Amino acid sequence: MKKYFSTLIICLVLAVFFVAVQLGINSGAISWYWMTNLYLVGINIILAASLNLINGFTGEFSLGHAGFMAVGAYSSAIITANLGLPFPLAVIVGMLAAALAGLLVGLPTLRLRGDYLAIATLGFGEIVRVVLMNIDYVGGASGLTDIPAMVNWPIIFFSVVLSLLLIRNFICSSHGRACLAVRENDLAAEMMGVNITYYKVLAFVIGAALAGLAGVLYAHYYTVLQPREFSFMLTFNVLVMVMVGGLGSLTGSVVGAVIITIASAFLQAIPELRMVIYAALLIISAVFRPQGLLGEKEVSLNILQKLGGVLSGPVRSKQAH
Amino acid sequence: MHDLLQQLLNGLSQGSIYALIAVGYTMIYGIIQLINFAHGDVIMVGAYVALGCALMGLGLIPSLAIAMLSCAILGVIIERVAYRRVRPVSRLAALTSAIGVSLFLEYIMMYFLGADIRTYPAGFFPERTYSIFGVTINNKDLLVLGTTLVLVIILQYIIYRTRTGKAMRAVSFDGQAAQLMGVNVNSTVAITFFIGSALAAAAGLLYGIYFNTVQPLMGLMPGLKAFIAAVLGGIGSIPGAMLGGILLGMTESLVAGFGGSMYRDAVAFIILILVLLIRPTGLLGKGVQEKV
Amino acid sequence: MALLEVNKLTKAFGGLVALNNFVLKMEKGELVGLIGPNGAGKTTVFNLLTGLYQPTSGNIVFEGRDLRGKHPHQITKLGIARTFQNIRLFGNLSVLDNVKIAHQVVTNYGLIPAFFRIPPFNRREAEIEESALKLLEIFDLKKHAYEKAKNLPYGEQRRLEITRALATKPKLLLLDEPAAGMNPQETHDLLELIKWIRDEFDLTIILIEHDMSLVMSLCERVLVLDYGSLIAEGTPQEIQQNPRVIEAYLGDEEVAAWEE
Repeated sequence: MKKYFSTLIICLVLAVFFVAVQLGINSGAISWYWMTNLYLVGINIILAASLNLINGFTGEFSLGHAGFMAVGAYSSAIITANLGLPFPLAVIVGMLAAALAGLLVGLPTLRLRGDYLAIATLGFGEIVRVVLMNIDYVGGASGLTDIPAMVNWPIIFFSVVLSLLLIRNFICSSHGRACLAVRENDLAAEMMGVNITYYKVLAFVIGAALAGLAGVLYAHYYTVLQPREFSFMLTFNVLVMVMVGGLGSLTGSVVGAVIITIASAFLQAIPELRMVIYAALLIISAVFRPQGLLGEKEVSLNILQKLGGVLSGPVRSKQAH
Repeated sequence: MHDLLQQLLNGLSQGSIYALIAVGYTMIYGIIQLINFAHGDVIMVGAYVALGCALMGLGLIPSLAIAMLSCAILGVIIERVAYRRVRPVSRLAALTSAIGVSLFLEYIMMYFLGADIRTYPAGFFPERTYSIFGVTINNKDLLVLGTTLVLVIILQYIIYRTRTGKAMRAVSFDGQAAQLMGVNVNSTVAITFFIGSALAAAAGLLYGIYFNTVQPLMGLMPGLKAFIAAVLGGIGSIPGAMLGGILLGMTESLVAGFGGSMYRDAVAFIILILVLLIRPTGLLGKGVQEKV
Repeated sequence: MALLEVNKLTKAFGGLVALNNFVLKMEKGELVGLIGPNGAGKTTVFNLLTGLYQPTSGNIVFEGRDLRGKHPHQITKLGIARTFQNIRLFGNLSVLDNVKIAHQVVTNYGLIPAFFRIPPFNRREAEIEESALKLLEIFDLKKHAYEKAKNLPYGEQRRLEITRALATKPKLLLLDEPAAGMNPQETHDLLELIKWIRDEFDLTIILIEHDMSLVMSLCERVLVLDYGSLIAEGTPQEIQQNPRVIEAYLGDEEVAAWEE
C-alpha cells in the first residue's frame, strides 16, 4: 500500500512540474535562455543515465557516448531533413542506428578487459567524427542544417521520464541483476549461469540506443549539426555528471546532470576555467569518493524525509527552473 | 617507388615518436595495469617546457634535459596525487582520475598560455634537407631517429642491467610476490612513472620540432595512438611497444600518402579493433589468465 | 549411466602440465573427496569441469553430454555448480540479490516484460523472491537478507556461497575448500550441513579440502592428486595407509594434520 502511495506522490509531483513548466513557457515566465538550458538538462539526464547503465551498473568503461549520440543525431536528421519523413520514424531510426553501432563496437571489445573498451570506444567516437566530416551528404565539416525543429517541452519531458523508467525497470529485473553481478564479480556471475558477454553487450546496446535518443532530441531542437560538437569533450562532460552523481545511482545521474548543466551555463564565459574545475572535480571525486556524491544510494521519498533539507535541495531545484 | 620509400621514411620518424610514447605507456601499464590517460599530456607539458627553455636561449640538449627532468617529476607527482590512493579501491575510479588529470593538464595550460599554436624559435633547430637516391631526408628525421635510439638503449640498460630495472620487472611480473621479496613496490612504481614521463617529454620535444606545433591539446592524439601501438605490440612488452609504434607510424604514413589523408586518424583505431579481435595479446605479448 | 565421466583429462599451460590423464567416474549421489598438496591441480579439475578452462586433451561427459566447447554459463544450466576457494560473492549486492541472481538459470523472463513490467514479470519475480527467501531461511541467512554480502561474517559468507550455488538447482556440486579459515566448531557444522544438503537436494558432490578430518569423515571415496597426476584412489582407510600418498604429503605442512 505504501508503495502505491509513493508512486502516486511521484506521479503527482511530475505532473505538477510538467504543467508548471508548460505554463511558464506559454506565458513567457521562463525565458528562452532558461528553456534552452532546461531542454539541455533533459538531454543530459538521458545521456548521464544511459552512460551510468554501462559504467556504473555493468562496470564497463565506455567513452563512446559522443559517438553514439552523433550516430543517433545524424541518422535521424537524414530521415527528417534529407528524406522529409516524419519525426517518429526519425526517433526509431536514430535509436536503432545507435544501438547497431553499439553492437558493432561492443561485440569485439567487450570480451576483453574494461580499459580496452575505454580506448576502443574513444576511438569509435573519433572515427565517427572523422567519417561525418568526410560525407558530403550530411554536410561534411560545415555540418547539416535545416533540420526541422520538432522538439518541444512535452517531447523532452516524456523522453526523459520514459528513459529513466525503462532503465529503472531494467535494473530492477533479473536481467539488470545479471548486469550488477557482472560488475561485482564476472567470474562468479558466469558460474551462476549468467552469460556475461551477452549482458555486457546488452547493457552497452541499451546505453547506446538511449544516447542515440539524446542525439535525436539534440538534432531536432538545435536544427543544426556539426561533427565537431561530438568530440571527446561531450563524453567527458557526461562522465563528470555520472561521477558527481554516483556510479550506480540513477537518481544520482539526474542530480549530476542538473548540477553540471546549470553550472556550465553559469561558467559559459570562462570555458577553460570551467574545464579545469570539472577536471579537478573528477579527480577529487575519484580519489576521495570513488562512488560519487550519492554513492549507490537512490534518492527515494524515504531518504528525503529522513534527511530533510540536505538532499532535497538539488531535487527541488529541478522545479525552480 | 620513391614515393613509397619517402612515405616509409616519414612513417619511420613518426613511428619512432609513437614508440617513445608507447614505451612509457606500456611500462606504466605493465606495472600498475592502468591506462595512464595523462601520459599524452605529459608530452605536451614536455614540449612547452622545452619551448620555454628555447625562448630563454638554451640549446637543444639542455632544453631536452630540463624538459625530461621536469616531466619526470610531474609524472611522479601525478602518480602520488591522483593514482596511488584509488588504484587499490577501484579500476574505474583510477581510470576516471586519469582522465581528470589529462584534462586538468590540458586546460590549465590553455587557461594560462592560451590555445594558440606556438613554434620553436627559428635558430633552435636549423633545418637541413639531404637528397639520397631521390629520397628527401630532413635532419629532423635524423634527430628523431637518433634521439629515440639513444634513449631506448639507455632504457634497455636500466631495465636489464640495474637493480632498479630488476625491481621494475619483478613488480610488473607479480606485485605481491615482489613485495614479499622485499621490493618497495611504491617507490618502484614512482620510478617507473619517472622514467616513462621523461621519455614522454623527449617525445614531446621531438613532436614539437617535427610538426612545428606546440599546443595544449597536442598530446591527445599521439597519446591515444601510442597506447594503441602498445596494444598492437603487446601491452607490457617494451620491444612490443617499439615495434607497434613504428608499424603504426608507417601504416599511417602509407594511408596518408596514398589517398586517404582524411582517414589517417581513423587508421589507428581500426588497427586497435582488429588486434583485439584477432590477437588480443598483441604481436609480442603473452597471455595472462586470471587465477581462480 | 554414470552421472559424470571424466576420461584422460589433461590440461597444459604452455609447457606446464597442470593436470595429466585425470580419470573419474561418479554415480548419482556419491560424495567424493579430492585431496593433494598445494598446486597439485585440484582447482584445475574444477575449472575444467565448469568450462572455465578447455581441456588440452581428454573429455568430460556429464549425463551423457560432452562438455567440451561449452561455456561456463551453459554448463551451469546443465546442472553443475561450484563454490570458490577464495570467496567470490557479489559483495555490494544484498544477500537476497546474490541468491536471486543464481535463480536466473531456473526462472527467467524476456526483456520486454522486464522493460515494461508486463506479465509474466510480476509472477516470475514473485517466484524468484519466494524461492530465494526459502533457501536463505534453510541456511539461516534470512535475517541478513537485505544486508550487503560483503558485510557478513566470514563463516556466513561461505554458507552464502553454498546457498547461491544451490539456487542454480545443480545435480553436481563442486565445493572448493569450503572449510578454509573456519574454526573446529564451524567446520563441524559445515560437515553436518554438507551431509544434509546432499540428501535434501539430491546432490552428487565433489569436495576439495585440506582439512583431513573433514574429508575422512565425510567422503566415501577419496582421490589424491600430486603434480597433476592421480596417485591414489580409494576409501578413506585405504588412502590413509597408501605409501605413495604419505610420501606426497611428506615435508608438506599437511603432514601434521595427517597424523592426528
